[in-house]
Amino acid sequence: MKTLALTAANMGIGDAGITAVLGYAVVFFGLVLLMCVVILMGKALAGTNQKAEVKTPAGAASPAAPAAPPAPGSAGEVKLFDVPDKEAAMIMAIVADKMGKPLNELRFKSIKEVK
Amino acid sequence: MDILQTLSKLATESGFAGFFTAGGWKNLIMIVLACVLLYLGIGKKFEPLLLVGIAFGVLLTNIPGAGLYHMGMWDAYVYECPYDAVNDYALYNSAQERGYTQEEYYYYVFARACGYTTDQIEEHLEAASESGGDLMADAQALSTSAELDENIVTAIDESLKTELSFTDIIHLGGLLDILYIGVKAGVYPCLIFIGVGAMTDFGPLIARPSSMLMGAAAQLGVFFAFFGACLLGFAGNIAASIGIIGGADGPTAIYLTTKLAPAFLGPIAIAAYSYMALIPMIQKPLMRALTTEKERKVKMEQARQVSKVEKIVFPIAVATFVILLIPSTAPLIGCLMFGNLLKETGVTERLSDTAQNALMNIVTLFLGISVGATTVASRFLSLQTLMIVVLGVIAFMFSTIGGLLMGKLMYKLSGGKINPLIGSAGVSAVPMAARVSQDVGREANPNNFLLMHAMGPNVAGVIGSAIAAGFLLAVFG
Repeated sequence: MKTLALTAANMGIGDAGITAVLGYAVVFFGLVLLMCVVILMGKALAGTNQKAEVKTPAGAASPAAPAAPPAPGSAGEVKLFDVPDKEAAMIMAIVADKMGKPLNELRFKSIKEVK
Repeated sequence: MDILQTLSKLATESGFAGFFTAGGWKNLIMIVLACVLLYLGIGKKFEPLLLVGIAFGVLLTNIPGAGLYHMGMWDAYVYECPYDAVNDYALYNSAQERGYTQEEYYYYVFARACGYTTDQIEEHLEAASESGGDLMADAQALSTSAELDENIVTAIDESLKTELSFTDIIHLGGLLDILYIGVKAGVYPCLIFIGVGAMTDFGPLIARPSSMLMGAAAQLGVFFAFFGACLLGFAGNIAASIGIIGGADGPTAIYLTTKLAPAFLGPIAIAAYSYMALIPMIQKPLMRALTTEKERKVKMEQARQVSKVEKIVFPIAVATFVILLIPSTAPLIGCLMFGNLLKETGVTERLSDTAQNALMNIVTLFLGISVGATTVASRFLSLQTLMIVVLGVIAFMFSTIGGLLMGKLMYKLSGGKINPLIGSAGVSAVPMAARVSQDVGREANPNNFLLMHAMGPNVAGVIGSAIAAGFLLAVFG
């Protein structure tokens, strides 16, 4: 069987040029619109996040005592997931001991019990 | 038992004998080509996950007598014309792009009954078409032939299959025909897009949405190559499939070509994946030529942190918005964003893991080998394939140029804050193109880390090429 024929008559040069320009324009149009959607989405979600941040301290203010300042040399707080404070302290102490470094030179981001 | 006759039968029916039939030498060339592709995939590590599969498909399909893939059957399926399973021949007039007329059909049946080969019949039909000969009279002349048995004519007529379905293909086809149904139905490229989505972090794009502009600009090659292909005389649907090579996105190229120009799937897929592997060689000289030392040295500011909610909302918003805009992008964008949603939700880790690994690997395996199977020698070895290869590299080059020029424009507009090198990453080919931006940036300034910045245009390019494919599908589909 022969190879499929080239069919020059199918599309004129002018039509091909117009299709190419139109196609490129459509891609731009689509992605520019998508860019606007993403920007708007980012702003809307940022606004929601800010509102949530404002609400949280107001709700939690009454029962909570003022937070104690972190210990000297500490770099923020460690997040604990299903781990009691005592056990977390023991884990941090063991890690520091094994590594041979003072505890205040280490930074623990979170401790999570693997179930 | 006649031993000599048995041996003779074995010899004439073996694949080796196939090399000595008319056009058999083409199969040999294709087998050599398959070995070259295997070397590039294994030895040079050119996109090995796909190229090795494609190359092996090329090898298998071109072994005479293997019968794993039937080009004629797929032609008959695509063009909805009668199919001669004995000769793997579609009753389709390729020169005039139409199925056989009633007269041509009758002549074909009688000529086959007289022992004419499909090539001889086609030659006669072509001559009759040019001279305006009477095919019915020719068929009558054949029917009065002394050797012609009416039962044979009837048997041939009844054996010709009309309107093939996937069920017929499963019954009549070889292993690779059956695997190819997944390509033809557009299933494999979409499943791969689920995996690609599950592996892609759209964070850099969400953090800097202006990257979309570079992803859009880098589709220049698609439309430039499309126009070039039209100038060279390709029909619009074939030109569109050639142009999409410039999108540097394998599944998109395969999906579009399967829909618009299935006969060209082999060369287009091979060109697309080969050039993707050659991206550093194609892009780096252009990047150095089109940017100044000062521009390449620009260190970009850290992009903002993207929240988890934004990452979850992004695929939902993009899928809804883009599909509403261009509905024909639904399979590609829908699957890409579905895969990404699986990754970002945090509650579908098992599905995300399957999409990224098991599913992706299985589909890649089937896709590679069945795409390779379409490179049948008689069709692949042609001037058109050579033109596709040349147009493919032009498409890649112009896509890179488009992205870089947009990068330069954004460099000017941002007061020198955006490094134009990240523009070239807009050609998709995730993450290879972003790595090239990183490499060229570090050559100019060893302290420069452009990788994450380049990932923005890079993933925007994936969406851009899907939109370009959707547009071409809407116009030519």
